[in-house]
Amino acid sequence: MKQEIIIAGFGGQGILSMGKILTYSGLMEGKEVSWMPSYGPEQRGGTANVTVILSDDPISSPILNEYDIAIILNQPSLEKFESKVKLGGILIYDGYGIHSNITRRDIDVYRIDAMDTATEMKNERAFNMLILGGLLKIVPMVKLENVLLGLKKSLPERHHKLIPMNEAAIRRGMEIICKV
Amino acid sequence: MAEDIKLMKGNEAIAHAAIRYGTDGYFGYPITPQSEILETLMAEMPWETTGMVVLQAESEVAAINMVYGGAGTGKRVMTSSSSPGISLKQEGISYLAGAELPCLIVNIMRGGPGLGTIQPSQADYFQTVKGGGHGDYRLITLAPSSVQEMADFVGLGFDLAFKYANPSIILADGIIGQMMEKVVLPPFQPRKTEEEIRAESPWATQGRRKGEAPNVITSLELDPARMEDNNLRFQAKYKKIEETEVRYEEFNCEEAEYLLVAFGSSARICQKTVEIARAEGIRLGLLRPITLWPFPTVAIAAYANRVKGMLSVELNAGQMVEDVRLAVNGKIKVEHFGRLGGIVFTPDEILQALKEKLL
Repeated sequence: MKQEIIIAGFGGQGILSMGKILTYSGLMEGKEVSWMPSYGPEQRGGTANVTVILSDDPISSPILNEYDIAIILNQPSLEKFESKVKLGGILIYDGYGIHSNITRRDIDVYRIDAMDTATEMKNERAFNMLILGGLLKIVPMVKLENVLLGLKKSLPERHHKLIPMNEAAIRRGMEIICKV
Repeated sequence: MAEDIKLMKGNEAIAHAAIRYGTDGYFGYPITPQSEILETLMAEMPWETTGMVVLQAESEVAAINMVYGGAGTGKRVMTSSSSPGISLKQEGISYLAGAELPCLIVNIMRGGPGLGTIQPSQADYFQTVKGGGHGDYRLITLAPSSVQEMADFVGLGFDLAFKYANPSIILADGIIGQMMEKVVLPPFQPRKTEEEIRAESPWATQGRRKGEAPNVITSLELDPARMEDNNLRFQAKYKKIEETEVRYEEFNCEEAEYLLVAFGSSARICQKTVEIARAEGIRLGLLRPITLWPFPTVAIAAYANRVKGMLSVELNAGQMVEDVRLAVNGKIKVEHFGRLGGIVFTPDEILQALKEKLL
């Protein structure tokens, strides 16, 4: 089994760290993993993306033509990556960031209002964990217990007190994602 | 999961491997996309554990000359930078080669020329294997294509440098530097003691003992006859390295009709191209030079008798392709495909290029 995932949006949305937590979760599950970020100026405000691959077999290229799953968190990323979802693949988007309609009819599209929910929760930093929860609801590629282990590994120890908040956000994300 | 499997960036792997190898000193100056090497070393504070010196120099030029000084004492010393910073180091690198000093240099390439871009590139191939500095010298050049190899080649680079009294360089790019993968770090080994260094490197300047002749380390020799002798000695050494230290990897080369030749990150992307091509029924293989100098000339020449054509796939305008063509010596068609300025090709683009240029 192999999952080839792109997570794309604005810098500052926690895209790279969400990818990192997913990658660590895969590692905890004994999978082959790869995390390839866009690095550089986009981290500080422009568009940012990360390619995450979780696989039972060794991974060849960390750079891909097309993706099983695209998580799209802003309009420019939709324009860039909608066409690159594999036939029968999955596109997940945040309702707050996307203005135009998704035109593909040959993929499964899900909407998650993570930005609105994070604002309601008065915790904008929960945004990326809401998205991660939504993803895991649709494709349970890693067990929640391994995600929590992954969180522990990827967060510095001084932030471990935030793990219950992150877990709550993941569980909330699982509730608010819906098929379009 | 075994406890010793870690997930880290290629740059971080280099830093951890350097500490574990028993490196005595690192001298560098920050530049994207390799700053994590210095950052990780600073965070790990090895001066408190192994005694390794980690120093942010005032410039790249200062850093390479600190390496010259440290290497002269027989210590295991290294520096790292990215393309523009490596250009600054070239005078020092030529001096290190001329003085026959072992050291490790790391170049995490970015797009050039000039300040260029911080995105990945492989456009420093010529600079590295053809001599970016002046004079007839060679650098033992290792091209890792995974985070694991970033860790492994630190030790290999130092070992080869000391075996031949010659600088080694790890030539990678922003992809391998920035991506995270699983890695098993090498075991800890202690730094060499002064006595061990004295036994291993009798040429080193460690302080002269009573009755010993002074060791002189210099690349200067004003007598042309003696300078020619020095050069002949270097050339004999380079020939021996070319005979014994070539490393490469073959991927699906058995019964291949066409061959991709690619190193580092490009070789990873090409693996996927091979998978896609094989699924389409195209008998495609990949030869990945691991040492760029010495180059796997003999292996590539042998394939020239077996395949119909080769495509050299590089993140540059066509550099390694010249060495592939020299190896093939006109027997078959050798083409180049590349992207420039920090743009990275996808596996499909490579397959498309193969079809257009060779099939």
